[in-house]
Amino acid sequence: MIGFLIRRVGQAIIVLFIVTVATLGMVHLFPGGPVRALLGERATPFLINYYNHLYGFNQPFYVQYLKWVDQMLHGNLGFSDKLNLSVSTLIAQDLPKTIVLVLLGTVVSLLFGIPLGVYQAVHRNSFADYVLTGVSFLGYSTPVFFLGIVLVDWFSVDIHLFPPFAPQSSSVLAILGQPRALVLPVVTYAFLLYALWSRYMRSSVLDNLVQDYVRTARAKGASERRVVWGHVFRNSLVSIVTLLGLSIPTMVTGAILIEVVFNYPGMGLAFYQAALNNDFNVLLSFTVLVTTATIVGNLIADFGYGMLDPRVRF
Amino acid sequence: MTSEAQVIAATDAELGLTPSTKPRSMFSRAWEVFAENKLALAGIGFIVFILLFCFVGPHIYVTNQVNTNLIDTLCTPSGSHLLGCDDLGYDELGRLMVGGQTSLEVGLAAAVVSVLFGTVYGAISGFAGGFVDALMMRVVDAGLSLPSLMVIMILSVIFHPTPNVIIFIIAVFYWFGVARLVRGETLSLRNREYVQAVKVIGGRPLRSVLRHIVPNAIGTIIVQGTFAVADAILTLSILGFLTLGVAPPNTDWGSMLSSALNYIQGGNYWWLIYPPGVLIILTCISFNFIGDALRDAFETRLQRR
Repeated sequence: MIGFLIRRVGQAIIVLFIVTVATLGMVHLFPGGPVRALLGERATPFLINYYNHLYGFNQPFYVQYLKWVDQMLHGNLGFSDKLNLSVSTLIAQDLPKTIVLVLLGTVVSLLFGIPLGVYQAVHRNSFADYVLTGVSFLGYSTPVFFLGIVLVDWFSVDIHLFPPFAPQSSSVLAILGQPRALVLPVVTYAFLLYALWSRYMRSSVLDNLVQDYVRTARAKGASERRVVWGHVFRNSLVSIVTLLGLSIPTMVTGAILIEVVFNYPGMGLAFYQAALNNDFNVLLSFTVLVTTATIVGNLIADFGYGMLDPRVRF
Repeated sequence: MTSEAQVIAATDAELGLTPSTKPRSMFSRAWEVFAENKLALAGIGFIVFILLFCFVGPHIYVTNQVNTNLIDTLCTPSGSHLLGCDDLGYDELGRLMVGGQTSLEVGLAAAVVSVLFGTVYGAISGFAGGFVDALMMRVVDAGLSLPSLMVIMILSVIFHPTPNVIIFIIAVFYWFGVARLVRGETLSLRNREYVQAVKVIGGRPLRSVLRHIVPNAIGTIIVQGTFAVADAILTLSILGFLTLGVAPPNTDWGSMLSSALNYIQGGNYWWLIYPPGVLIILTCISFNFIGDALRDAFETRLQRR
């Protein structure tokens, strides 16, 4: 276990190194350099020189890289020149709001996805199973922004049930205070993730239903309810925990699109606006942050699997 | 032919007494399983329809998709404009065909590019083994942990892409998964006797990879490629929606939805919103159905869903 842990963390560090080099290198792909892109077409050579000097872009790449990593490790994520804010402040403002959206969406999708996935597996090839399979295929194939547009068209424009935009506020409490405005973004988000969980749960339960321990449980007279919920469900849940750790990229994609559609003032919207404004410090730090979260999520998924399932030995 | 005759013929062929008929290929077996899946057949039917719609349609339903026409701006569906017009006066039905060309071309090309590259990369990595494999796989790990949409957005902002550039921007992020799967297949194939035999009789590694390992992993590769088409079309539509996709007068289904968003509150402009969205969904769902059926047909176990 300890050996596996060390090897796995070592791999993660190598991966993080490759990712950060690639991300910093990408910023230099801006035609004329990142500073030119930030300052615009009409920036004077003097100004460009000044900013290049300020950000250290006149130094060799490895020096830039080392300084950048050093600054990040000390908690300095750079400065957004377009917003006149440090990136840390921006994150402190927006991250809690995005977390609210992601958490609510994930919880709602799990509440539907897991039980329905189990139901589908137990009643496989029934009419309900086919319908629900169709729904999850729809979830895989629908662009999440289109779903958002359709829901706005039905529930906001046609029947005025919910507002067409998310709560507009800078504080998390104020956002939670407007539950009606949260409904459409959260439902859209949950539908995106629902397909993932229900599909995975269905195949996981199907795999478990043919295991020996299920036969044993039935043989000793356990009721069908006990077999499914007491034995199979608990074993299938282990793989959902793993999947949660691996789904961070999907969640981030969803958050960006939903925040843009509903104008939800979170990190996704901030990232989108930074992309439109060539605000490269924001782009860099957000990308590195999400990547780090993904890598850590994968690690937790790996270890969590080993802890929850005693049969797994490293 | 009676069943008895079949048995005798098979035995003779096995003994080499009669010239053996060509053994049934993996593909004909796969097709049998595939053809039983009605959803997949419907998917193929729809793909054929949408290809005809996008590439033959504009020759039958001729519209001007180059010049804007401000007189017809947002006109309702009528005899001369079957699905009405968009905010610039382009005929919406004709626009769907032209936009669909971009969506399909980019989706298919991105899938082909990423699958080809991922296959070669994964096969080399798995075949090489040892340190090279470890290093090559860390690059794949790095790629898979990058948030693909965020990086694709940054690359689009940097390059202001034409459709041809978008193909590569999307493909850059899809080959990682393919590479990992093909590497897994290669690891199990490289120790089989026939691959060892190639080595013994002096075949070069490249020959083993291209002639023996890749053909045996072809099921996995095709399945993965089919899903990649659906994902690439979705990604392109996302870029279009974020106005980071192809530049006008070029368009794609996602870009059409993006401009439709401005008119959602102003009145009932359903023809701007639903047709492009529904076409994206139906196209992606068709490719997903086909991919699912292919997976059953080739009996490959993938971890995708």
